[in-house]
Amino acid sequence: MPQTPTQTEYEAVIGLEIHVQLRTQSKLFCPDSTRFGDEPNVNTCPVCLGYPGALPVLNKKAVEYAVMLGLALNCEIAELSKFDRKHYFYPDLPKAYQISQYNMPVCTNGYMELSTGTRVRINRAHMEEDAGKLVHAGAEGLAGSDYSLVDLNRAGTPLLEIVSEPDIKSAAEAREYMTNMRNIVRYLGVCDGNMEEGSMRCDVNISVRPKGQTEFGTKTEIKNMNSTRAIEQAAEYEIARQVQILESGGSITQASRLWNEATSETMLMRVKEGEADYRYFPEPDLRPLHISREWIEALKRQLPELPEERRARYISELDFSTHDASILVDVKELGDFFDAARPHCPHYKTLVNWLTGEITAYLKTEKKSMADTRLTPNALAELVELQENNTISSTTAKKLLAELLEKGGSPAKIVEERDMAQISDVGELKKMVEDVIANNPKQAQQFRDGKEQVLGFFVGQIMRATQGSANPELVNQLLRELI
Amino acid sequence: MMKTTRTALELHEAIQSGQQTALSVLDDVYNKIAEHEPAIEGFNCLTQELARETAREVDRRVQVGETLPLLAGVPIAIKDNINIKGYPTTCSSRILEGYVSPYDATVYQKLKQHLMPVIGKTNLDEFAMGSSTETSALKITKNPWDLSRVPGGSSGGSAAVVSANMVPLSLGSDTGGSVRQPASLCGITGIKPTYGLVSRYGLVAFASSLDQISPFGQNVKDTAALLQVISGADELDSTSIKNHPEPNYLQCIDQDISDLRIGVIQELQNDAIQPEVLKSIQDAVQTFESLGATTQPVSLPSFQYAVAAYYILATAEASSNLGRYDGVRYGQRVEEPDSDLHTMYRKTRSQGFGPEVKRRIILGTFCLSSGYYDAFYAKAEKARELMRHELRKAFEQVDILVCPTSPSTAFKIGEKLNDPVNMYLSDIATIPVNMAGIPAISIPCGFDQQHLPIGLQLMGPHQSEARLFQAAYAFEQKTGLCNLIPDLKIPPKSEPLI
Ligand SMILES: [Zn+2]
Repeated sequence: MPQTPTQTEYEAVIGLEIHVQLRTQSKLFCPDSTRFGDEPNVNTCPVCLGYPGALPVLNKKAVEYAVMLGLALNCEIAELSKFDRKHYFYPDLPKAYQISQYNMPVCTNGYMELSTGTRVRINRAHMEEDAGKLVHAGAEGLAGSDYSLVDLNRAGTPLLEIVSEPDIKSAAEAREYMTNMRNIVRYLGVCDGNMEEGSMRCDVNISVRPKGQTEFGTKTEIKNMNSTRAIEQAAEYEIARQVQILESGGSITQASRLWNEATSETMLMRVKEGEADYRYFPEPDLRPLHISREWIEALKRQLPELPEERRARYISELDFSTHDASILVDVKELGDFFDAARPHCPHYKTLVNWLTGEITAYLKTEKKSMADTRLTPNALAELVELQENNTISSTTAKKLLAELLEKGGSPAKIVEERDMAQISDVGELKKMVEDVIANNPKQAQQFRDGKEQVLGFFVGQIMRATQGSANPELVNQLLRELI
Repeated sequence: MMKTTRTALELHEAIQSGQQTALSVLDDVYNKIAEHEPAIEGFNCLTQELARETAREVDRRVQVGETLPLLAGVPIAIKDNINIKGYPTTCSSRILEGYVSPYDATVYQKLKQHLMPVIGKTNLDEFAMGSSTETSALKITKNPWDLSRVPGGSSGGSAAVVSANMVPLSLGSDTGGSVRQPASLCGITGIKPTYGLVSRYGLVAFASSLDQISPFGQNVKDTAALLQVISGADELDSTSIKNHPEPNYLQCIDQDISDLRIGVIQELQNDAIQPEVLKSIQDAVQTFESLGATTQPVSLPSFQYAVAAYYILATAEASSNLGRYDGVRYGQRVEEPDSDLHTMYRKTRSQGFGPEVKRRIILGTFCLSSGYYDAFYAKAEKARELMRHELRKAFEQVDILVCPTSPSTAFKIGEKLNDPVNMYLSDIATIPVNMAGIPAISIPCGFDQQHLPIGLQLMGPHQSEARLFQAAYAFEQKTGLCNLIPDLKIPPKSEPLI
């Protein structure tokens, strides 16, 4: 009997090129500020404007940040690297060349482990200067515009370009790789990791091939993604698109494609016609960069706890769920907040619940960061303790948290001042319970006849009378005893 | 004729002691410029206001009895590829038309600290590319010894104005001989210092790994004093030498040279050299022997690759350095209504650059193109390494090397302009020095039958400037050649017509 052909299974091959804007005070080769959002062309000087005769001088901090990021990505740090000129003409590139690192980058041979078990090898990370920005009048791009204006504030901002090997196998892995990268740069403090503002930019190279095939398929490069979610969506779309073309007997065109957030599609940007000739050669205005072993070791010692180390600590030492650990790792300030509150708070699990629950929800709806709130780690620890030792009810705790987030203050003091502690005094409560039963004989009889729901009525009465500060467990217990 | 005016150091003394005011010195300079500049055409612009301001400050300080810094009050001209804030930097190119520099070169800051009045900016081959100053888009500078001949180049303007005794000192830049060759052709002194000794910040780049700002003077001492003023580490230039000891060339300049070991470069003793030049160099070697120095022949076979390797590396760097003249931010922009970006680039660069600059941009672009890099740039780098190695070895045997600065004396205007390879060979003896990054000085050593000056070049290992000055000074004292200046006939003023 003839075999029916089985459906071909495809696998994706994905590599990422990430540009990280290093958050130095001044530019890579001149003393101008790297501040974002200033008036056009105020942060410029003869060096970054490419004036005749001006010369670059390397920013030491940028080198340190590059090394730190390299170390965090398990890279080898080159004791000797050099800068090269990469040539092309464009109005946002004042010298008509970009100072970059061609064949001797500062970091090589690193890797990042993903939760799927995939190890993504990192080919290299090299330093380079950013270009300026063009503003076009009358059209989206240069073509068709009436005129274009050049803003060179960004020209010369330090970048680290991190190039992965094509080891990523799915859209979800691509997203995780980018999320981890963003966490790492934030933990190191070398970049704010803000994709929307372009502090981190990413190009995704994607090809697909039948499972088992060793040669790579033709790849496309997707640009213009401004969130980790967009990376996942774009990769998913592009994989499906390529598989569909191959399935219908077509072939992939090597091209750059743009991710369109609005339509959730990738669109053709330009077809690659051979490699551009950048005419690289060693930058004669800079001496080769020597980074001593001692310098590297000193930077290694200064490295803060990295995201994966924090995740491991939360899970193995503190027994967090993977979900909770992820929230406190991915949102660095929440993890930092937890670590700051934890020494004052034996009931740290409750602390985590507050952070991953109420507080995360609050930040989301209010579109705030932790730093925008008035809540301090000490106050949160205090609040957890007040709740855990039954001084306040959980309802009170919630109310109090909302106030602490908005106005700040010490929860213990507020509870005392406003008499918000729950009434746990048996004598006082017993008296109230007896009164309520005596005043509502009909309902008391209904309960005695087995109508359990009536208990809720009595609890409600007590709570109303005490403005919610009676210990609900105790009230329940007393009602059962006394009816 | 014999020079009768004061040297730069003597002028400085006279100003310090109150014999002469800095302003009167300046007046003399501008009077001489008024006399001779029409014939020489060495200046692109004069900076009278700037110079007077400095001179007034010098006179003020003298009046209050202050001790002046070295060379204070001595007027100086600078090549028009060095930036002074608020003044045009033309590089003798149309493409920089209208460009006014927003900043000072470090070397200008040094002149300012030393209160040296900068009197004007001098003509050069366009972007310092040439050996005759004829590729200037602005004017043709003449050799003061024969106005039908070139002053050499690319710093021809700076050499001619010192040679014509309009100003005692000037600055040029030397990438492959651009100071030493015009010094030789104009009969004055010029030294290309060790690469990194003088900051390049503010010098418009031609070939960054070879360029070095270099002084001209009418004698060795003045030139040494000027180098002392302009040298030093600069944090704005990553390639400047750090931890170089503060030089004091003048202090030990008259040291005895009887222990000096001199090597005579054999590769520059052949029939490619003008016979009178060869003879003059042989005489110079004998002069050194008479001063007690020992001499020996030295062979440097890698010198045969120098010109070829240089024209690959220098043009590669130039093609990169000149990319910025694109009409976007400064200088000339050529555009027509409805012309797109690429048309604007093309027209601006086609009309802005002259033929020699275009030739070098195209050559350099080709050498860096993918597929050709290894065959050209990488190979030229190897040749450079070989030259460095050979020179290092040679300097284990001898203290200095001597050879002619230029294979011939000054040639006629127009003679080599359309023969680039022949023009390139003018720098055969000077190029290896830039390739190796070592210092070399050119001093007058005689005249040919047409009474055109001949230059002697002395090379030394890295940072051996003090030794070079000693040797050059001893030679100069013995020959007295520095006291001869060209006899410039001032054209008689015509009588007014009725
Ligand atoms: Zn700048």
